[in-house]
Amino acid sequence: MTTTFAPLPTTASASTSVASTTTESIAFKPTPVQSYLMRIGDTCLIHAQRLAEWSGHAPILEEDIALTNLALDLVGQARALLTHVGQQMGFGEDQLAFLRDERDFANFTIAELPGRRAGQDFANAIVRNFLLAAWMNVVWTKLEASSDAEIAAIAGKAVKESRYHVAHAADWVVRLGDGTDESAKRMRQAVDRLWPYTAELFETDAVDTAAAEAGLGPLRVSLKPEWDAIVAPVFAEAGLAIPAAGAFRSTGSRGVHSEHMGYLLAEMQTLQRSFPGGRW
Amino acid sequence: MTASKTDIANAQAQAHEWPLWEVFVRPKAGLDHKHCGSLHAADSKMALQLARDVYTRRQEGVSVWIVRSDQIVASDPADKAMLFDPMEDKVYRHPTFYELPPEVGHM
Repeated sequence: MTTTFAPLPTTASASTSVASTTTESIAFKPTPVQSYLMRIGDTCLIHAQRLAEWSGHAPILEEDIALTNLALDLVGQARALLTHVGQQMGFGEDQLAFLRDERDFANFTIAELPGRRAGQDFANAIVRNFLLAAWMNVVWTKLEASSDAEIAAIAGKAVKESRYHVAHAADWVVRLGDGTDESAKRMRQAVDRLWPYTAELFETDAVDTAAAEAGLGPLRVSLKPEWDAIVAPVFAEAGLAIPAAGAFRSTGSRGVHSEHMGYLLAEMQTLQRSFPGGRW
Repeated sequence: MTASKTDIANAQAQAHEWPLWEVFVRPKAGLDHKHCGSLHAADSKMALQLARDVYTRRQEGVSVWIVRSDQIVASDPADKAMLFDPMEDKVYRHPTFYELPPEVGHM
């Protein structure tokens, strides 16, 4: 371990007030096109953070490893995107991950919603995995044709990972949805809980139009038909009804997050903010 | 369906454990699958997916076989002497006394 700790004040030099040793947030001002990429990168990062809560607690050993693998895949995708955008802005990937304020994160709200630690069950994790993995799969496939060569290269690698994420989650959706009365009930509850947050995945705003005009990536709304084509057959086989569309819109992608995001970031960022540049 | 409580209890006790599967991984094309461990899974599709997640995450290979453990027939260890000791002094059965032409490559 090479982490260095700030020396504790001795009684001889004890001060009456303790100066703050946490690092300040960076000033983060992305262009619309950079915001587009950060939405995807931050969604991967925050979803990975929630998935990591299952490490050591999954229902079976092999799923513990599988979910951790999934989280690591997502961290890898986040690292690639954050590094790419960071290079354009003069920030490292760690600075972007650990030193941004809540309002500067652009993940979709669904990724930050409470997970295992807040008492949510495996069904909740699986439904979230499936809905997000399907979205990632469609977007990575389209980003293989991005005008940004490095994004296209990142997408080429990520699409293989996301194909597996979809297959893995879909298998569990069917097993649990078309399982016992108990598993079917929990799956229905998870779908009802999470579905309202999927509308945000297909909205259009200035960030999307800027990215589409630059040929960087597709409008979110254009992803819906292919997303439906992945989700609908699996839900049908699992005996799950697709909920009706509602009026609720989550706003995480615009930096306005739910009440859960602050706690998530506090835990995720505390170590780097307390020991800046710490290594081990 | 009106199964008795004992019937249900018995069925649940029996169904409590998933079957055990043996996992074999081929490191790369051309080599043989090697046994690398076992796992419990509900069916063959799940066994394949779990084997991929557990036994290939460090790039151990390119192909996975799974076999239900109760399908494997093994020789009885008590018969080891009878089955295998006679090979000790039959060196004429080994193909070591002729040279392969270099064109054949590895055999």
